[in-house]
Amino acid sequence: MPPVSDQRLSPAVVVTGLVKQFGRFAALRGVSAEFAPNRFYAILGDNGAGKTTLLRALAGLTPPTRGEISMLGTTNLRSVCSQLGYMAHPSLLYDEMSGMENLRYFARLYDVSNKDQRCADVIRAVKLDPSLTRPVGQYSQGMRQRMSLARALLNDPKILLLDEPFSNVDVRSAREMVSLLVGLRDAGKTIFLVTHQASLLKGAADEFVWMDSGQIVSRTPDLHSPSENQ
Amino acid sequence: MSTVASLTRATLAKDLRLEWRSKDAINSMLFFSLLVVVIFSFSFDPTAEESRQIAGGLVWVAFLFAAVVALNQTWAREMRNQVLDAYRVSPAPPNALFLAKCIGNFIFVTVLQALMTPLFIVFYNLRALGPAYQLPIVAVLGTWALVVNGTFFAAMSLRTRSREIMLPLLLFPISIPALLAMVEATGAILTGEFSAKFWIVLLAAYDLVFTIASLFLFGFVLQAE
Repeated sequence: MPPVSDQRLSPAVVVTGLVKQFGRFAALRGVSAEFAPNRFYAILGDNGAGKTTLLRALAGLTPPTRGEISMLGTTNLRSVCSQLGYMAHPSLLYDEMSGMENLRYFARLYDVSNKDQRCADVIRAVKLDPSLTRPVGQYSQGMRQRMSLARALLNDPKILLLDEPFSNVDVRSAREMVSLLVGLRDAGKTIFLVTHQASLLKGAADEFVWMDSGQIVSRTPDLHSPSENQ
Repeated sequence: MSTVASLTRATLAKDLRLEWRSKDAINSMLFFSLLVVVIFSFSFDPTAEESRQIAGGLVWVAFLFAAVVALNQTWAREMRNQVLDAYRVSPAPPNALFLAKCIGNFIFVTVLQALMTPLFIVFYNLRALGPAYQLPIVAVLGTWALVVNGTFFAAMSLRTRSREIMLPLLLFPISIPALLAMVEATGAILTGEFSAKFWIVLLAAYDLVFTIASLFLFGFVLQAE
C-alpha cells in the first residue's frame, strides 16, 4: 500500500484544461486532473479514448493545443525530463544492437553513473539476462517489452509513463512486471500505466482513471468501470 | 559543451555500429554511384579534355544523389520502433544528435568518395592540370555542405508521408549555390584554366552559414510533431 501521507504532498502532476487536436479531431478535450505522488495510476478506456495522447503529452512528446501540464512543480517539462521514464507501445530500441548495448547508449543520454552496473541491474530487474548478445530484433515480443521497460527504468525516474507494457507478454511475465511496478511505487515512484488488461492491476493500482472521448470520465479506487458504478 | 561533445561521440559510435551491422546506407550508395559512373562513361565516351570539363559536374551530381540515399537511411533508422522518441524524452541536447548524424553521414560519403574516385579517374581518364592539393579541400567542404543540409532537411521531412521524394525537393534547390561552387572549383582544378580560390571561399562561407543555422534550428525540428 502507498504511504498514508501521500495526499498531503503536493501533486506530482497537475493537468489543467488539456486539449489536443489533430487537425479537426480532438484527441483530448479539456482534461483537468491532479495526480498525487507515490501512487500507481492505471489509465483505462476504449481505443481512441485519448490514453496514449495523454501519456505522450505528459512525456512532453505531444505539445498540447491548449491547456497546461505541471510536473514535479514546474510547467517546463524539459527541465524535469531526466526524472521521467517513458515506455511506448513500440520498443524505442535499436533492433540491430543487443539489450545491453541499447541500454549503455541510453545511459549516456541520461548521464547515468556506473553505467554498466546500472544497465545490468535494470535488465535483471525485468528478468532478462544482461549477458544476452543477441540483437533486440531477434527477441520475442515479450522480451522486447521487458527490455523496453528496463530502458524506461534506467535513469531511476520519479515518474514512470508506461503505454501498454503488457501487450504480447504472457500472463506470468505480466504478473512479474506488475510486482516490479508495485515495488517501484512503494519505493516512491509515481506510475501512470495505460492498458487494456486492467484485471492484471487488481490490487496493485491505487486508482483506475477511466477515459472516454478525450476526457477523464471517472476515477475509481477499484476496478469498476464508470458504467458499473452508475 | 563537454556534454554535447560526449553525446555526439556516443551517438556517432552507435550510428557507425548500426551501419557496420546493417550496411544499409553504404551498400546502396556504392551501388548507385557505380551505376552512375559506368552509365555516364558509356553514354558520353569523352576525350580526356572533355572529361576534365565535365567531370566536376558528373562527380558531384553522383555524390549528391548517392548522399540522399544515406541521408534518408540515417533518420529512417531512428523512426523504426520510434527510437527517436527515446531521444526526445531524454535530457540530451538536440545538437549532439544533429552533429553526430552530420559527422556519420560525412564519414559514409567520404568512404564512398574514397572508393569511387579511383573509378572516376580510370573511366574518365582524369588528371589535374591545376593545383591538385586543392581537390581534398573542395571534397571536404563540398561533402560537409551536402551532409549538413541533407541531415537537416531529412530530419524535417521525417514525418511527411513521402519523405524519399520530399528530401530531394527540399535539399536540391538549397544546395544549388554549394553545388555550383563544388563543380566550378573541381573544374578549375582539373582544367587549370582559372583559380578555384573564389569558389572554395564561397563553399566555406556556405558551410559556415548553414552549419550555424541548422544547429540553431534543429531543436525545433526535433521537438516538432
